[in-house]
Amino acid sequence: MTGARPRVDGPAKVTGAARYAAEWRAADLRHAALVTSPVPAATITAVDTSAAERVPGVVAVFTHHNAPRLRPPVGAPYGGRLPLQDNRVHYEGEPVAVVVAERLEQAREAVGLVRLDYAPLSAETDFRAVADTAVPTPPARWGPADTTVGDLAAGIAEADVVLRAEYSTAARHHSPIETSATQAEWRDGVLTLRDATQGVFNVHAVVSSALDLPADRVRVLAEYTGGGFGSKGYVWPHQVIAAMLARELGGALRLVLTRAQSFTSHGYQPPTRQRLVLAATAEGRFTAIRHDSLSPTSTYGEYVEMTANGSRVAYACPAITTTHRVAPVATVLPTPMRAPHEGPGMFALEVAVDEVACELGIDPLELRLRNHAEVDPTSGKPFSTKGLLACYAEGARRFGWADRPRATGSLREGDQLIGWGMATAVMATMRFPAAARARLHADGRVVVEAGCQEIGTGTYTIMPQLAAEVLGCPPEQVVLRLGDTALPRTGMTAGSSTTLSVGSAVTAAAEALAARLALLATGDPTAAVRLDGIELTVKNGAVEVFRLDELFARLGVDSVAAGGSWEPRENQRSMHTFGAVFAEVAVDVDLPVPRVRRLVAVYSAGRIVNPLTARGQMTGGLVWGIGQALLEKSTTDHRLGRFVDKNLAGYRLPVNADVPDLDVAFVEEYDPHASGIGARGIGELGSVGVAPAIANAVHHATGKRVRSLPIALEDLL
Amino acid sequence: MRDFDYVRATGSDHAIEALAARPGARPVAGGTDLLTLLKDGIEAPEALVDITGTGLGAVEHGPDGLTLGALATLSRVAADPAVRASHPLLVQAVESAASPQLRNMATIGGNLLQRTRCPYFRAETALPCNRRTPGSGCSAVDGEHRAAAIFGWTGHCVATHPSDPAVALSAADARVRVRSAGGERTLALDELLRLPGDTPDRETALDHAELITAVEVPALPAGSRSCYLKVRERASYEFALVSCAVVLGVDGRKRISQARIALGGVAARPWRLVEAERALVGVELTAVPVRAAVERSFAAAEALPGNAFKVEVGIRTAVRAVLTAGGAR
Repeated sequence: MTGARPRVDGPAKVTGAARYAAEWRAADLRHAALVTSPVPAATITAVDTSAAERVPGVVAVFTHHNAPRLRPPVGAPYGGRLPLQDNRVHYEGEPVAVVVAERLEQAREAVGLVRLDYAPLSAETDFRAVADTAVPTPPARWGPADTTVGDLAAGIAEADVVLRAEYSTAARHHSPIETSATQAEWRDGVLTLRDATQGVFNVHAVVSSALDLPADRVRVLAEYTGGGFGSKGYVWPHQVIAAMLARELGGALRLVLTRAQSFTSHGYQPPTRQRLVLAATAEGRFTAIRHDSLSPTSTYGEYVEMTANGSRVAYACPAITTTHRVAPVATVLPTPMRAPHEGPGMFALEVAVDEVACELGIDPLELRLRNHAEVDPTSGKPFSTKGLLACYAEGARRFGWADRPRATGSLREGDQLIGWGMATAVMATMRFPAAARARLHADGRVVVEAGCQEIGTGTYTIMPQLAAEVLGCPPEQVVLRLGDTALPRTGMTAGSSTTLSVGSAVTAAAEALAARLALLATGDPTAAVRLDGIELTVKNGAVEVFRLDELFARLGVDSVAAGGSWEPRENQRSMHTFGAVFAEVAVDVDLPVPRVRRLVAVYSAGRIVNPLTARGQMTGGLVWGIGQALLEKSTTDHRLGRFVDKNLAGYRLPVNADVPDLDVAFVEEYDPHASGIGARGIGELGSVGVAPAIANAVHHATGKRVRSLPIALEDLL
Repeated sequence: MRDFDYVRATGSDHAIEALAARPGARPVAGGTDLLTLLKDGIEAPEALVDITGTGLGAVEHGPDGLTLGALATLSRVAADPAVRASHPLLVQAVESAASPQLRNMATIGGNLLQRTRCPYFRAETALPCNRRTPGSGCSAVDGEHRAAAIFGWTGHCVATHPSDPAVALSAADARVRVRSAGGERTLALDELLRLPGDTPDRETALDHAELITAVEVPALPAGSRSCYLKVRERASYEFALVSCAVVLGVDGRKRISQARIALGGVAARPWRLVEAERALVGVELTAVPVRAAVERSFAAAEALPGNAFKVEVGIRTAVRAVLTAGGAR
């Protein structure tokens, strides 16, 4: 039943039939538009909304003077400050007023007429300039801020080669096609939100607590989310604003972030400064790894990019020390972005490994093989499963790595310098509790329900496959309902956790449904059932075939349902996904703009439920990695305290012409520990290891070692 | 966005009249740049005069060269067999611009008048920018200016002109035919597009209610070779960091007999490398002497800290374009 199944939601998305948060109609729909602060830190000293209020169609203008009061939100990560509650500004782009009008154009025009006077306060937006850095308190599942195993000094002392280098990655923005949007409706004392979110239950928790509404008076729906990449994981002020103003004004209200606002109204991937010490013997054994990371957080809340997490587990090494520090700056709170932590972090580690390989004269792949970690070197725990050696072997075979000449600059085609590089990908497996329900109707339809989200990854396609596998029916007989807080509770669609977590719950629900059907049909819940259309075959010694309509009529029911759930209990194993990424680049000898010519990537990620959607995830990740390596960078003007470019012309994402043939493969694997279905996470893994593989290839081509991302033409002149 | 009137002109006279009647009116054709400027509040005209019905879209060719109607879309220009045969550098430049969807809408006249991509000018809110708000200052000089000009700029503005076709047209010695109530005149590109001086908001020599009607592109010299080379980080759908258009005559001994070189992405208009053009005559088509000649034009280059690398990139781009046009690459 599982296998290569095309995306069932593809036609709806391509034809426009799929409705996103801001596409729902309501007869009394009004439009909200944000006024945002043009300065990074200030006190608002005067407010004049009179001109804005005179714009035809304007219903109301809210500022901190007249906005409803809110309570501190609890129960889910909230990335903003409470909107319109006081006269303080903590970052450029912070919402300071909201216009509600009958038409969007009216609201937008009125936004320009809201007059706010600011008394600017001193603000630092450059995290490297912050003197008082802090030790962060990361969420428990990300691990501690600092770790140390073994004797670092001894490891350095016994090494023949010690690399000390600083690496940096740029601030980046998620830039999904669908900017964040919330449509809020207040009717009969019930608040309904249609939201572009990666976590309906998170939105529910934040909104109900901030508005002090009972949980059963708030419902959050997300039938489709148009890409998130982390930007829609945490809850942000615009969602609270939409909910607050819908309740205040009654009826329906839509708030859509402009593209420019999507650069400041939710978090971004923070830039990082990473210092590496990598010590090795002449034979290529690592003796010490030290990875110190600094990244910005906001002045009002904490987010830490755990870039050194990958270094805790990537290689066998007797002494590993990692630290994370944060520097508060006057920006919106940074937030996870595909792939958080290991995405920027493995760039530093994997370029450092390449540097040591060059120094030692050992092939970079061979050096990694010599330091392969059989157990998690920091926790000492065994890995749940790890197929990295097979990834290296298969990736090298597909790429033709064995033919790589050692010397830099030795592959050349006319004006093009060609380089080959590789890197390891490692990513922690995130898991969340999940529940699901499965209901069989008399006409044979199986409806699976789970309150998770579809953010473009294939959830609508693969959950029916998993239920169908248990019930023995074709996946076309199963539909998934999702994105609704009235449905069984799941976690966020984030951290590449949905397939393994929700999939385990869906499988459990389908198994419970099968057992219930067996019980109802034969009195024995352990009998094997197989569903095909409206025929239910039950094998219990003898084989009996029931027609569902007849069986249900006899039982006096319209349908039969069962629930299932899954929780991540196993914690005696280190759970990570792995991969090997190989890159070929071409760099013009005079005009050195690096171009990626091919990527080969092989992954160890547990069971692959659907090779088609899985491949889609990983190729998307590789493209994401090309952007990280060569294009994506949000520059801050520290005098103005703002991101310079807030549009997709200035913030460069890869286009088709930047993307070469991508060769993706998976190692055959079943992980019995990580989940109930043999799977670990995959989505974000695809964007890990790409940038260092490209950077190492650029070095192989040009002899130039670039330690900052993105790699720019001027780095190679 | 402010409400505005919309007038659909039935002919160029009508368009000119409609514009003249409204001091705050702007002509609109493909709208690929203007609509973005309206939505972002960078421009707020009181009226738009739609000139797409004025019949100025013809592409004509004769022994003396091409006449490109101002409303000819970029895709129309690039697809024209005569243009492809006579001015391959223009086709290369057009096809490297924007995306196919934009080229289907954007007109050659509008392309010349598109406004700068300087991020401060293009910001979603009004930042100090003399081009956008005269007298407000230039944020780029002391701010982010990686893509800024290295020729012809002043402390009032360091923005560049973003067009690819304009660079090729400059190297082709094209002239722009313009028309107003007072009659017709023709302008060289260097006359049409102004350098910033102390009035960077005055971007062109066009008067209000003066329309571009056509671009006249003389035939390239017999036997000449040409090339358009664009350097950009993203492989497509990206403005040039630096680009170069070259028209080259080469004699029987592989020496350059004539050269016209225009650089894009380095100034508020396509920048002709006049000194290099002179110095290249008689030079052998190999890297070292060509570079020496090209460098003559870069004595006048002035860079800021963040775009100093563009001087070297500009030299290398010009050298590569000359060698490519000459067939030495």
